[in-house]
Amino acid sequence: MAIAIATQKTAALTGNEAAAQALRQINPDVVAAYPITPQTEIVQLFSTFVSDGLVKTEFVAVESEHSAMSATVGAAAAGARAMTATSSQGLALMWEMLYVAAGMRIPIVMPMVNRALSSPINIHCDHSDSMGARDSGWLQIYSENAQEMYDNLIQAVRIAEHPDVLLPVMVTMDGFIISHGMENVELLPDQAVQDFVGEYNFPYPLLDVEHPRTLGPLTLQDFYFEHKREQAEAVYRAKEVILAAAEEYAAISGRRYGFFEAYRMDDAEYAVVVLGSTAGTAKYVVDGLRQAGEKCGLVKVRVFRPFPGPELCEALSGLKAVGIMDRADTFSTQGGPLFLEVKAALYHAAGQPQCMNFVYGLGGRDIDPELIRQAFVEVKDLMKKPADGVLPIVRYLGVRE
Amino acid sequence: MTLSSQTKNLLKAHEEVDAKIEPNAGWRDLPIGAVIPQGGTATQFATGDWRTIRPVWSKEKCINCHRCWLYCPDMSWISEDGRIQGVDLTYCKGCGICANVCPTKVHAIEMHPEDDFKEDEAAKEGGK
Repeated sequence: MAIAIATQKTAALTGNEAAAQALRQINPDVVAAYPITPQTEIVQLFSTFVSDGLVKTEFVAVESEHSAMSATVGAAAAGARAMTATSSQGLALMWEMLYVAAGMRIPIVMPMVNRALSSPINIHCDHSDSMGARDSGWLQIYSENAQEMYDNLIQAVRIAEHPDVLLPVMVTMDGFIISHGMENVELLPDQAVQDFVGEYNFPYPLLDVEHPRTLGPLTLQDFYFEHKREQAEAVYRAKEVILAAAEEYAAISGRRYGFFEAYRMDDAEYAVVVLGSTAGTAKYVVDGLRQAGEKCGLVKVRVFRPFPGPELCEALSGLKAVGIMDRADTFSTQGGPLFLEVKAALYHAAGQPQCMNFVYGLGGRDIDPELIRQAFVEVKDLMKKPADGVLPIVRYLGVRE
Repeated sequence: MTLSSQTKNLLKAHEEVDAKIEPNAGWRDLPIGAVIPQGGTATQFATGDWRTIRPVWSKEKCINCHRCWLYCPDMSWISEDGRIQGVDLTYCKGCGICANVCPTKVHAIEMHPEDDFKEDEAAKEGGK
């Protein structure tokens, strides 16, 4: 669909197509990217927008993801709004430059299509790729469906570029499940997106030759710590900016976002916490259980970095038991990454709920309503009979024994 | 757009091109992302303090072939009117390339451990 959009419209799009449309409407100055399944389609479609003259973007076909992120950092530092996209091994190859982008405070926005990491090689969804980058200094926003991917990408531009933040943001969606699944997506008019994202104003562009600057210098024992401390503070400040961007976005789209979505949590006694596309299936399961009289709910975490610890603590502290579902393992014997974060947040909760972890869906293993129902049953059992065995409780859900 | 007071502070540090960054500046007063609001700042980094061995030059033995001057990676050798004047140690890391390329028969440059000069310099400091 290589056409300009003048008015709000609904279109049947895959997650990748929705992401490509968001990129077209953002109309970045530079895109440098390398193909990798399941992200390939985003930049492939975007490159047709470039050749069709629908965007003013300089498209750089680089030879690797390490170069893609390097070129994107360089372009953004020069004063261009620059973007790239990747998945899995591509993100792994960007590793070095991810930290450079965050430390140099380069506000890049990157669609990241979740896919399992090798080995064994696998092209399907899990969160091991983005979870590995969770401490790289990038902000991370997870999307449940194609609509959220589109909405999150547009908001991410405002979040990343806000002078209180100036940090790169990766916006993720589940590989194939969302990236290649077709849904109805509400698209904003091009002009509305342009007005929302505004002009890119990097505070210290290298191409401002009247004001020469040194970017990415050497700092040793004397200054490095102070710069990292400021970087940490920017992540705190990002929380307010994320909510303000969501508020403004709701005004133009009618779609409202927060750090997480609490689904049927009002009088819930037990709940499950998830990331990404699994939330859609889990909501269906919650609806069924609610109909059967179960007091259960769901929390879908949208913003993983910054992690909304105090807010989640408040939302979950009245519960008796919580099951945290992870589509990645930390291989630490302590459970998945979301489990670790949620449990740490709950340490300060009054009347700590019992917690257990479900690692599921690795390498794209299907997560169906029956498996999620099984998770809810286990969480309910935990509520009735607190754990007295080995902690932490980590279950591998849907694996063949 | 409302900005936090810290961001205003940090952006101000960028605008003041000649602003001196104090060695004891706290994290709230440094430019964002370690940006230095000047160009060509590498010249202010006296990398000579990495040196553990130092070239010592003999004016008498030197034949002014300029090999040291040509090969030095830090442009530490000083030449005026076609004659070597000596070595500026500000950026000299003591790599020893100059001593190595100095013709064997000439042997005008010798590398000496920095320890050999410690007493001299302490005396000089004391004299100031």
